[in-house]
Amino acid sequence: MDTGAILMLLYVFVLACFAGYQLISKVPPTLHTPLMSGANAISGITVLGAMLAARIGPGAPFNASTILGMLAVALASINVVGGFMVTDRMMGMFKSKN
Amino acid sequence: MNFVASSSGPLEWNYIAANFGYLASVVMFMLAIMRMGRVKTARSGNFLAAAAMLLAVVSSFVEMGKINPAFIVAGLIIGGAVGAIMAKKVQMTQMPEMVALLNGFGGLASTLVGLATFYALSGGGNLAMMMGRDGGWFGAINLVLTLIVGSVTFTGSIIAFLKLSEKMSGRPILLPMRHVLNVLLLLIPLAMGVAAVWYVNNPILVGLILIGIVLITFVLGVTIVIPIGGGDMPVVISLLNSYSGIAAALAGFTIGEAVLVVSGSLVGASGMILTQIMCKAMNRSLANVMFGGFGAEPAAGGGGGGEYVGVKSADAETAAMIMQDAQNIVIVPGYGMAVAQAQHAVREMAKILEEKGANIRYAVHPVAGRMPGHMNVLLAEANVPYEQLFEMDQINDDFRNVDVVLVIGANDTVNPSAKTDKSSPLYGMPVMNVEEAKTVFTMKRSLGGGFAQVKNTLFECPNNYMVYGDARKTLEEIIKALKEG
Repeated sequence: MDTGAILMLLYVFVLACFAGYQLISKVPPTLHTPLMSGANAISGITVLGAMLAARIGPGAPFNASTILGMLAVALASINVVGGFMVTDRMMGMFKSKN
Repeated sequence: MNFVASSSGPLEWNYIAANFGYLASVVMFMLAIMRMGRVKTARSGNFLAAAAMLLAVVSSFVEMGKINPAFIVAGLIIGGAVGAIMAKKVQMTQMPEMVALLNGFGGLASTLVGLATFYALSGGGNLAMMMGRDGGWFGAINLVLTLIVGSVTFTGSIIAFLKLSEKMSGRPILLPMRHVLNVLLLLIPLAMGVAAVWYVNNPILVGLILIGIVLITFVLGVTIVIPIGGGDMPVVISLLNSYSGIAAALAGFTIGEAVLVVSGSLVGASGMILTQIMCKAMNRSLANVMFGGFGAEPAAGGGGGGEYVGVKSADAETAAMIMQDAQNIVIVPGYGMAVAQAQHAVREMAKILEEKGANIRYAVHPVAGRMPGHMNVLLAEANVPYEQLFEMDQINDDFRNVDVVLVIGANDTVNPSAKTDKSSPLYGMPVMNVEEAKTVFTMKRSLGGGFAQVKNTLFECPNNYMVYGDARKTLEEIIKALKEG
């Protein structure tokens, strides 16, 4: 990764933090728990990095990285699947009078 | 966008296609979070986020092209199945520890991604090249930060999980010299990170150093969370949630993938906002929550002496009798309601009272329970319509017009001494003005202190009656009395 790419990613990082702050700052307390568990599931996006490490192919032989990668894929998948499903269960419970 | 791949070799169609997929998933994540902020669109927002994740995973497969995906698929299937089973089995009252546990897995996954990336690079002999290259210093710093944040998130979340599920005492555990210890546990891994860059041409040594960093920061996660008591868990959970997002964003820097950076920082920001809201609701700074050791021992002198004087009590029948003639009833739930799993009984009682013509409202303090919005989820599970749930600020001026307040397992959040007693550790925390109502019934197992270990002057108010016992049993007795009456 060269310096230009790093700077681009830094821009992305700062803008995304700002966007996140704007998107979430006015959420009603009723949704705090499901929002948190939904966001938690999104943090499982790290699964992409894990997949990259767990692959076997050109330039990526089988080694320690493959096994660590597979473990990371499994852990992140628990985070993603469990997180989204449990959030759906919670959000399904919120009912209006009407 | 994968900036590592883009800097080497010609652009392939699959690389371009995958990046359009990533771009679409980033947009979907943003829209999803927006929708998750409103009750009516929340569920569809969550679905959209799940779809975005699927698209990102598919795009990643497209980008990797012809590979042997056996280990990836195995991980996805095992993890997906475990996650699905956990999500199906968990009870709503166990939600705080479930969130903590899932969060820990996310953190550990980011740590492993960091380590795996290192081994992938050192295995191919590219490590020295990467670190020596223009911008390599950044990769090294970032790798070390990924390991640190991911590991702290992991063990911190596990301790939070143990405390919340009561496999470990919720009381703060104060180690001697804990602040010095924590600073050392942070500085040593950072110094080791510098050493790792220094010895970059010796991959075996660097690998050992990185593993050492992970092990030390595992300890740091433990020592950071054990001094924090159960009642402060809403802050800790939000903060750890934020860390797991930051860890994912850092992992994104490590592998040069923008979609991780964007999604991770969205989560990091949302966790930070919730953390702020929770701290504000307790009128305490984040530093005080994290390092204060709050609730470790009974507060000396707070609330004007430890002994209770003139506390009145009532039985369930009396409470039922008074409530069935009341017009305006407010229910104030707290952690005790969750412990007793009393939410369904609460709803049943409320229904009967509504049929008798009473107006029922629920007043929820922002930090009631063990995670942000804990009470709302439990009441929703018991089919309480969300229009009946009121935030403290919405209802606090109205307590003087209320006939009966029923406090169910809440303590510190209804303690009037937080408003008046400057020597109280709770002083300044916004609390609910329940004592202004005509009659207050406080359901509690005993007169024991709440999380803050502070005497609750509400219990001595002339209009307050203690109803001792398990909240669910008491409510069932009230329901029985209401049906008979």
